[in-house]
Amino acid sequence: MATPMLRWCCPGRRWIFAGIGGGSRHGRGVPTGSTSSGKKGQSSVAQQPLITAQKPRKGEREWAAVVGLEIHAQIASNSKLFSGSQVDFAAPPNSLVSFFDASLPGTLPVLNRRCVEAAVMTGLALDCHINRKSLFDRKHYFYADLPAGYQITQQRLPIAVNGSLAYSVCVGKRWSQMVTRTVGVKQIQLEQDSGKSLHDNLRSQTLIDLNRAGVGLLEVVLEPDMSCGEEAAAAVRELQLILQALGTSQANMAEGQLRVDANISVHHPGEPLGVRTEVKNLNSARFLAKAIDYEIQRQISELENGGKILNETRSFDYKLGCTVPMRDKEGKQDYRFMPEPNLPPLLLYDSGSLPTGADPQQVIDIDQLRERLPELPRVTREKLVRQYGMLPEHSFALLNEVGLLEFFQNVIKETRAEPKKVTSWVLNTFLGFLKQQNLAVSESPVTPSALAELLDLLDRKAISSSAAKQVFEELWRSKGKTPAQMVAEKKLELMQDAEALEQLCRSMLEAHPQVVTDVKKGNPRAINKLIGLVRRATLGRADPTVIKEVLERQLSS
Amino acid sequence: MWARAVWLGLRASAGGRRGFPSKAAHQGSRRVTAELIEHLERLALVDFGSQEAVARLEKAIAFADRLRAVDTDGVEPMESVLEDRCLYLRSDNVVEGNCAEELLQNSHRVVEEYFVAPPVCLFGEIYERN
Repeated sequence: MATPMLRWCCPGRRWIFAGIGGGSRHGRGVPTGSTSSGKKGQSSVAQQPLITAQKPRKGEREWAAVVGLEIHAQIASNSKLFSGSQVDFAAPPNSLVSFFDASLPGTLPVLNRRCVEAAVMTGLALDCHINRKSLFDRKHYFYADLPAGYQITQQRLPIAVNGSLAYSVCVGKRWSQMVTRTVGVKQIQLEQDSGKSLHDNLRSQTLIDLNRAGVGLLEVVLEPDMSCGEEAAAAVRELQLILQALGTSQANMAEGQLRVDANISVHHPGEPLGVRTEVKNLNSARFLAKAIDYEIQRQISELENGGKILNETRSFDYKLGCTVPMRDKEGKQDYRFMPEPNLPPLLLYDSGSLPTGADPQQVIDIDQLRERLPELPRVTREKLVRQYGMLPEHSFALLNEVGLLEFFQNVIKETRAEPKKVTSWVLNTFLGFLKQQNLAVSESPVTPSALAELLDLLDRKAISSSAAKQVFEELWRSKGKTPAQMVAEKKLELMQDAEALEQLCRSMLEAHPQVVTDVKKGNPRAINKLIGLVRRATLGRADPTVIKEVLERQLSS
Repeated sequence: MWARAVWLGLRASAGGRRGFPSKAAHQGSRRVTAELIEHLERLALVDFGSQEAVARLEKAIAFADRLRAVDTDGVEPMESVLEDRCLYLRSDNVVEGNCAEELLQNSHRVVEEYFVAPPVCLFGEIYERN
């Protein structure tokens, strides 16, 4: 029997993802269907879908994967959603906890205006319909870090519905082939975060810190319009940038401000959707795509081997690089949703419906918030492309690093060099150095002014581009000197004396008649030797392109 | 527990059934199965304990089911007695917290400044959560 080839097509991108049944010529290892035999040790997960030249063999059908996401973003606010205790990532345990957060009897929720504004702004940025009336509910379950025994959320009528999120993926091997995709935003709801539990297995106990309990969350539910890990990761990345641009959440996955759960199923195109699993604990940008792709592959393998997919909740094990079932309870979780009895409906207004004489502090005007929306990443990128003529992927790269855009714009402000030159230097040289030493833009030893000055020198042709790179390296290493000073010190200035260069070239030609004949015979590359000699004679201070030009001119006369 | 059954019942009636005893009303005299009791005990962490308690539960459900006699056709359900009230919006200022010592006094067991809970293995459920 032939080894089963597991085929999964990421439709919009027309990739074939070859899963390996037993062996494949196509590159990296992919977890096989042998998860059923317990080989969890295989930690290699395919990095990217690979193109294969093979067509599906007879009898094998393609698979399509369906991925939906539930994203929880912590709202950037001073105090919590329903209480006045502080929101902070690092603080002594249980020091940011009010009586309400600890669920002491007699306490009541009081809604934070800032959290509502954050939800409305996010809804507007994602083109959602903002519900003028939304409701709060209780979702009941028992867990030690949920002191009340229920979470206040918006199950029946959330604050925003029916939006969309546009993101870009690359469809080619190179970063330059990007297409835009859209995923529907089903809804955005306000809800409480839970506290944190630390499992002390040694002493058989769980330690509870309620600092995070009650912090406001935005739950953004993305429709199952995505079909692979890369699309999901790109959508999450774009949402992250939007939230950061709006200031509604810092959306830092490493600090737990952005958490993602994925709903994943597979089916044959044209057939009904398959059973889905929920994968929780996807809290790292790096592993998001991997985990989703792993689960897709696992489901395909399972089904190809005649197994069934259980509608279960799984967790991603980062160390093993695979999803594992979270121990299943008997029967499905029943949250016993009920209206939150202590909170009236949340009413929002626009300029047309504002009640007259109302206290502005007590009333939220959607139109006002819409006017104050900051510029969205998509618009910023479009402007960069229009204004500076850069490629779309450059605009992505500039927005992809914290502080990089600002750095770029500061250099542009101070330099006379062409924007394309600036773009190239910032994205290649500057970013390269940052990445090499794992530094943030804010930690850069080179200031925008310094780079601007350097680019001015280059633009005036006062130095060659190789000299410029040298100076940049020096700037990176040592502080206190300006580019001009370094150039002077190291005598890197380009030779400005055209006459002297002409003479030097002429004498070089006279000294090497053999090379001259070679060139005249039709070997253009012979000239490189001469260029090298002239360069050395000028101590590297002449631009090779200029030398070549002079020599060629002299040769042809 | 009966509150939920009532809520569901009301919603079902609003879906357009007439006021006279429907099929649903007959279920008021249905036995509450042992399976359901187990499920409810796990969900709500209550202890039904005795057969007497279960019988009392069944009577309570039957009592509440009499609400179905009310014709609620075309009537918008009232979900909260507060529906006409104004939802107060608080300014985003830090005014509470910093009372760890006080709060920890409520806890049976404390380790440094953490509340201590039994290991995460409540009623056979194990979750891995941050």
